[in-house]
Amino acid sequence: MINASAVVWAEGAPTLQEVMPAEGVFSLIWLLIALPLLGAAVLLLGGRRTNTWGPYLAVFTVTASAILGILMVVGLMDRGAEERSIGQSLFTWVFAGEFEADMAFQLDQLSMVFVLLITVVGALIHVYSLGYMQHDPNRRKFFGYLNLFVAAMLLLVLANNYLLLYVGWEGVGLASYLLIGFWQHKPSAAAAAKKAFIINRVGDVGLSIAIMVIFVTFGSVTFDDVFGQASEVNEGTLTAIGLLLLLAAAGKSAQFPLQAWLLDAMEGPTPVSALIHAATMVTAGVYLIARSNAIYDRAVWAATAVVVVGLITIFMGAIIGSAKDDIKKSLAGSTMSQIGYMVMAAGLGPIGYVFAIFHLLTHGVFKAGLFLGAGSVMHGMNDNVNMRRYGALRAAMLVTFITFMAGYLAIIGIPPFSGFWSKDEIIHAAFERSPIIGSLAILAAGITGFYMTRMVAMTFFGKARWEDDAHPHESPKVMTVPLIILAIGSTFLGMALLFWGNIETWLEPVVGFSTAPSPLSTGAVIAISLTFVIIGSIIGWISYARREVPIVAPRGSLLTRAARADLYGDAVNEGLIVRPSFWLSRLLIWFDGRVVDGLVNGSAALVGGASGRMRRYQSGFARSYALSMVGGTVLVLLALVLVRLS
Amino acid sequence: MNPSNVVILSAILFSIGAVGVLVRRNAIIVFMCVELMLNAANLAFVAFARMNGNLDGQVVAFFVMVVAAAEVVVGLAIIVTIFRTRRSASIDEPNLLKY
Amino acid sequence: MSGEDWVFWVSGSFAVLGALGLVFSRKAVHSALWVAFTMINLAVLYIANAAPFLGMVQIIVYTGAVMMLFLFVLMVVGVDSSDSLIETLRGQRIPAIGLGLGLAVLLVVGVGNGLVNSGTVGLVEANSIDGGNVEGIARLIFTDYLIAFEATSALLITAALGAMVLAHRERWLPRATQQELSKARFLSGSHPGNLPTPGVYARHNAVDTPALLPDGSTSEESIPRPLQARGDIRAVDHHEVNEIKEVDSQ
Repeated sequence: MINASAVVWAEGAPTLQEVMPAEGVFSLIWLLIALPLLGAAVLLLGGRRTNTWGPYLAVFTVTASAILGILMVVGLMDRGAEERSIGQSLFTWVFAGEFEADMAFQLDQLSMVFVLLITVVGALIHVYSLGYMQHDPNRRKFFGYLNLFVAAMLLLVLANNYLLLYVGWEGVGLASYLLIGFWQHKPSAAAAAKKAFIINRVGDVGLSIAIMVIFVTFGSVTFDDVFGQASEVNEGTLTAIGLLLLLAAAGKSAQFPLQAWLLDAMEGPTPVSALIHAATMVTAGVYLIARSNAIYDRAVWAATAVVVVGLITIFMGAIIGSAKDDIKKSLAGSTMSQIGYMVMAAGLGPIGYVFAIFHLLTHGVFKAGLFLGAGSVMHGMNDNVNMRRYGALRAAMLVTFITFMAGYLAIIGIPPFSGFWSKDEIIHAAFERSPIIGSLAILAAGITGFYMTRMVAMTFFGKARWEDDAHPHESPKVMTVPLIILAIGSTFLGMALLFWGNIETWLEPVVGFSTAPSPLSTGAVIAISLTFVIIGSIIGWISYARREVPIVAPRGSLLTRAARADLYGDAVNEGLIVRPSFWLSRLLIWFDGRVVDGLVNGSAALVGGASGRMRRYQSGFARSYALSMVGGTVLVLLALVLVRLS
Repeated sequence: MNPSNVVILSAILFSIGAVGVLVRRNAIIVFMCVELMLNAANLAFVAFARMNGNLDGQVVAFFVMVVAAAEVVVGLAIIVTIFRTRRSASIDEPNLLKY
Repeated sequence: MSGEDWVFWVSGSFAVLGALGLVFSRKAVHSALWVAFTMINLAVLYIANAAPFLGMVQIIVYTGAVMMLFLFVLMVVGVDSSDSLIETLRGQRIPAIGLGLGLAVLLVVGVGNGLVNSGTVGLVEANSIDGGNVEGIARLIFTDYLIAFEATSALLITAALGAMVLAHRERWLPRATQQELSKARFLSGSHPGNLPTPGVYARHNAVDTPALLPDGSTSEESIPRPLQARGDIRAVDHHEVNEIKEVDSQ
């Protein structure tokens, strides 16, 4: 059974692409990273004198990177399918014995789409932030951090080896920490930042151990070496590596069981939530799994674990998203759920990688749009995030409403919006693997319809439940223009990528692509999933648009209460990790105080006591000393005589 | 005369000197006992020189005497100095070694 | 027993006797004399063991110089400073004697065991190379042991200087003149001149008779203190004193 599936999976696996030298525009790969890094350095080191023009510099660097990225994608499309993997090695970075890691980049089809997502969405969010953060006294620092994030994320996706990827991985973690805690004067923001950082550490440990295992197993950490030799390594080792990488992905992408940080991460400014905690950083886990496809294709159990983790997270995120009244947290739950889809798809093997990335791209665009829309709503509502105090905002902020609707239709998967294409492909692939997985995916799609309809209904429809001092107004152009662009993306990106960009053939050389016979035809899948989505949406509409929404949240059912408490993720962490850690610490303190100090003090007391006794022999009388000298002489003589005589 | 008898005599004298160092308190007597021990060693050197048929042993004994003479001079000067300050020639009195 | 054996047994016994005398004498001077005795016997043994040069040096250096130095210091320190033989250090004497015995036994056993089968080469040949024992030692000292010999000369000079430095007493105050000394004597409050002599009468001329003061009372200070302590003071017979007064008045 396992062997059989391994064979099936290996069928779609890609062969290693030949790496082309970096020529022409591609000789500037390093500049993609260097530009935002320079921006970050100038803004963060330049101090207050960059206050006035710093944010514009940040916008410029990211925009320049985006233009460079677009030039590169054009260049890649010009090339033949087999010449699209480009390597650029700057210098040998780490060199120790057999271990060698270069500061080297690899721009291939997979990296390319990520570069585009990061730079284009990043540039839009930078522009949006110009408006959103206009009055913040620490605006310069904010843009510096954002630039730092973009640089680290680009490093993550462009690295040609695991060690350099790790640098980017930690870099985005750092940027995420800094930006979640950007308003660190709020204790909740500071706590959320620490929480995100610490939970991410758990995943990072997984990644670092995975890198060590990879080096021990393959003798190298570059992708080409590892994937080239993956078929020669036994399945147990690959499974171990795969599970460790999954742990890393779970930490970064807020997957079960390391999901608890993402909801709190919404304490950060909304553009941060959009860029880092919806569009790019949280998808790094999916990138890692897709990039390591050569390992997962040969480690069935690890891939299965990926599917299970993804499925669990889809439902957890959806349920949490259905119960939260905080618009950003509801969106965060939705993000968890959508990334769960991607992770699940990545776990399906060659039939899923392509669609995981496809959904990642469309999701990155429409979820960024949704978050920025939410930010726009908050901007007009005095930064109130409680949807129970919204309602009937469609007239007050028309542009926001329309763009939000584009994102809404995209995420619930209504054709022809972009989410429909990608999610439909994932569900279809799930059916190809197993009807159970497919059915669960469809059910979750229905829940998605429910919670997104609930969000839209509570925010834009129904009666106005505004607070007295709220004067909803449309946001400035600098914010709405990115919203409009993202809305256009939400609408057309799916079709563009699928029909014009041929995403499957584009990505196939990197992640592989295959199809399997499905119990349901494509049409049937579409019909069923659309039915579920519409049912869910209707329930949501009836519950939150037709009925009065109470300003104070009702007590709700057991599930609702559990979902409001993040499905007790914090309680579980508290009970399973934090408290035992405290106990362990207490035990260690006790151990240190009694046993270690006891040993130390005891030996000190022993020496002291012994000295007290020995001191009597230290009488100061020369004759006593002479006596002991003679005694020693006698002993030595005795030994000599005994040795000689024996 | 068997030279080993001489060596045994030297051992006996040495031991008597050692006991004297340990049991007497007058610093001058202790010093004399030390001289006795040195002389015992010299006697052994002389006996060994005769047994081995070369004069090196006697030369070493000669050097021992020279060093002993120097040692006596300095040692007695020290005793005199101590006596001046403490009005005592007992070696148990200056137990400052304790500190 | 040959003559040499006789010399060994007699001188050896004397040497041990002297050593024991050194250890067991109460008085330091006796100890010093015992040591001198031991060393002379050792010199005899040296000579008997074909080391005439060392024998002579032994007598000259040890019994002549070193022991005289010892005696001199003994005089400085006090000849009568006899040592009480009561041990003051607890757990010193018995272990010391035990260890000394152990040392002797081990040395005798060890050395005797090592030498039991060794023959004696004798120094006749070695002495004959340079024409004699003294010449032989001289050749060695001034050839093979030259550096050591020079070093000992430096050592001796250093020792002499060291002894001088150690024994030297720095004078902090100028020497007191006769006048200052007499002033100090009167200022001290003690009796500045001679004490009164004991009483002298026609019938008595004895130290136990107190002197009479002009008022007829007796002077306590005129009787030596030991007699006072013993109570051996002859009482003054006032009848006789009156007789003397009468004689004077006639």
